[in-house]
Amino acid sequence: MKIKLNIWKQANAKAKGKFEKYELDGVDAEMSFLEMLDSLNEKLIKEGKEPVAYEHDCHEAICGCCSLYINGHPHGPGKETATCQVHMRSFKDGDTITVEPWRAKSFPVLKDLMTDRNAFDKLMSAGGFVSIDAGQAPDANANLVGKIDADKAFDAAACIGCGACVAACKNSSATLFVAAKVSQLALLPQGKVEAKRRALNMVAKMDELGFGSCTNTGACEAECPKGIGIDFIAKLNREYLCASFSESE
Amino acid sequence: MSKLDAKIPEGPLAEKWAKYKATQKLVSPNNRKKLDIIVVGTGIAGSPAAASLAEMGYNVKVFCFQDSARRAHSVAAQGGINASRNNKNDGDSVYRLFYDMIKGGDYRAREANVYRAAEVSSDIIDQLTAQGVPFAREYGGTLANRTFGGVQVSRTNYAQGQTGQQVLLGGYSALKRQVALGKATMYSRQQMLDIVVIDGKARGIITRNLITGEIERHAAHAVVLATGGYGTIYYLSTLAVQSNGSAAMAAYRKGAFFGNPSFIQIHPTCIPVLNEYQSKLTLMSESLRNDGRIWVPKAEGDKRKPKDIPDEERDYFLERRYPAFGNLVPRDVASRAAKERCDNGFGVGKTGLAVYLDFRDALAKQGKKVIKGKYGNLFAMYEKITGEVPYETPMMIYPAGHYTMGGLWVDYNLQTTIPGLFAIGEANFSEHGANRLGASALMQGAGDGYFIAPYTVSNYLADEISTKVPSTDSQEFIEAEKDAKAVLDKFLNIKGTQTATSFHKRLGQIMWTHSGMQRNEEGLKKALMEIADLKKEFWSDLIIPGTANEINQELEKASRVADFIDLAILIVNDALNRKESCGAHFREESRTEGGEAMRIDDKYSFVAAWEYQGIDKEPKLHKEDLKFENVEVKVRSYK
Repeated sequence: MKIKLNIWKQANAKAKGKFEKYELDGVDAEMSFLEMLDSLNEKLIKEGKEPVAYEHDCHEAICGCCSLYINGHPHGPGKETATCQVHMRSFKDGDTITVEPWRAKSFPVLKDLMTDRNAFDKLMSAGGFVSIDAGQAPDANANLVGKIDADKAFDAAACIGCGACVAACKNSSATLFVAAKVSQLALLPQGKVEAKRRALNMVAKMDELGFGSCTNTGACEAECPKGIGIDFIAKLNREYLCASFSESE
Repeated sequence: MSKLDAKIPEGPLAEKWAKYKATQKLVSPNNRKKLDIIVVGTGIAGSPAAASLAEMGYNVKVFCFQDSARRAHSVAAQGGINASRNNKNDGDSVYRLFYDMIKGGDYRAREANVYRAAEVSSDIIDQLTAQGVPFAREYGGTLANRTFGGVQVSRTNYAQGQTGQQVLLGGYSALKRQVALGKATMYSRQQMLDIVVIDGKARGIITRNLITGEIERHAAHAVVLATGGYGTIYYLSTLAVQSNGSAAMAAYRKGAFFGNPSFIQIHPTCIPVLNEYQSKLTLMSESLRNDGRIWVPKAEGDKRKPKDIPDEERDYFLERRYPAFGNLVPRDVASRAAKERCDNGFGVGKTGLAVYLDFRDALAKQGKKVIKGKYGNLFAMYEKITGEVPYETPMMIYPAGHYTMGGLWVDYNLQTTIPGLFAIGEANFSEHGANRLGASALMQGAGDGYFIAPYTVSNYLADEISTKVPSTDSQEFIEAEKDAKAVLDKFLNIKGTQTATSFHKRLGQIMWTHSGMQRNEEGLKKALMEIADLKKEFWSDLIIPGTANEINQELEKASRVADFIDLAILIVNDALNRKESCGAHFREESRTEGGEAMRIDDKYSFVAAWEYQGIDKEPKLHKEDLKFENVEVKVRSYK
């Protein structure tokens, strides 16, 4: 099939960007979206033109590198799907596809479709861990973890750190990302000890980094490639509120 | 004189590591803050090593080419992580895990290293659990376990089908904590171009900042490479598309020996190639073989739908050939058996290069809910890629390049032949012999990072406490930077017509055809010629748009492909040299009458460690003889 592409091109972080139009023939329905972009790039390079810069790595929806905003949706069409899992069978011959980078103040564009998501790393450093050194751990069976809590913690821990939640949010809030980490660790006995501190510090850091506030719209949940639910935001709010009343640090 | 001294401590196997730790040299906490360590790579070995060394008080600089330390391809490991905890009361022990690995590796691994890996396996699970890794639990709250191929106990811990992600994020969070404490400094989006060696010791690295294109010099007292494997040499593999062998090749060119480069695991359960544009193959976890049965039709070219083929007309070839282990034979055995059926015309699917992995019986017996609980995310992933529903029709699978047992040669200290340069995790050659058993990659990587490197690196640094961090203005740094820049300029100045990716694809084809699942002398020699031609073409007709002073993904690709080409030559040479079949390395000339792999122990019971001799010169072979004092070397049988 033949498709038309409308892709954001921007030389670097300081340059002004604009949409560039491309046409691509011979697109196979079985191609993944990334393979389609690869073949566009191969074509552009051979024509002596600048290829489109974009990020991808594992192609298994787990590394969180891929970050394309396709036709108005982070990671494009399909529920619980990362960009690398989008296939061209989701589109029709003659379709025009618009591809943009994540748009958020805290994720500045580096080039074309690449953004700087370092803010997520900073959020993690603000408290997304358990303070334990190698060699200090007790036996893994010493603290029993109920299956229901373990499963729930896993659901939160499934976050791949791609940033789709921020890109989807009209306020560019990172609340779902923070909620997932805070909830995962608060649900487990190992993470409970510093749960309050963690909730306070991560929320404060989120504000400091310029992420917006959560207004419970739910766009993050709808677009999350791992299906992480906003019930974790409720859990974060509970943790944060309790911590605000009791933590004096 | 061979320079290969594995430095294995004296004494009984089970006491070696304890003795090492009790007698090794230490660095006092006061002195640690004067010592700098560079860690390259942030996967399941790198992040734990960086975090653990920082926790001890060293100054750690951590490098990765991705935008974040959370992206390394360890994240995609699915099935689990082994530990000899005997949680199931089914006869597991440190010795049993050690034995399984030695046997699984087809008696081509070093006993002392393997035993140590088994010894620290339980500590890893404790450590990860304490970090908040949500391992699967039983209703009573204890750890749940499952079974993996090549073993007869249940020792695998897991977090659904995303164990690698959870284990990696544990290490990542520990690292982020050290970054917050100021003990570790993170350098992301940095590609390592070279190792700097001063007076025979590794003292730093040269990197390219992938955003600005700037070449940077970084000095330290020791360098730890945790840069993973090179399975992407086949172009199509289960690895992330950016995984590469460049750091290992840089070390090799600077004098680190390369161990068993031809030992590359071909994973049996991957989604087959669907089209010519494909850039990557997707792994379906080995854990699926716990409940899935592998078969092809008994009649050649049977084109009926799988569900229309009755049981008596199906050939469950693994169960038929290997009744004791059935569908859970090790990966090399399963891969070759599938290839054998397809090569003889019994393969299924559009291309005939696939076999069925069928859950019909498990679904009937256990119900959809239970199967979904175990493999839900894998089934969903399969459906997304192929458009088929494994609950209704069997999966189709075929082997693909996966894990490299080979890597930089290291001694018991995990130190390469360059003093001060360590290699951990998949980047080294040490624990898996000629074939790796499932769920032991995370185990080995994490073990190296959390519990081995912190001791052995300290042992090395104890003699460096009065050494100052070398100046990055020294001659060696200037030279290394100049050389690195010259290579980048060379790429850009070719101004040819073919892209880096097109060369990578062709290299992958050559390697898959002649140096993949089955190898023979004629094919390997042909491969050497074809690679030499490809190399010439690469250096005369490569095209790279843009410059070196900006984000340039094509330039990054080109430098990886250039290294892959040289690595391919090394792999083929190693495969040619080893005229026996062992583990993943199957030489057609060396098989039994029944078609099984045949080792030749009196000639090849050694580690092949290759020394670089200069551009386009034949590498020099060093042999580390393997001694088996604690296991009886037998024909590896899974029948």
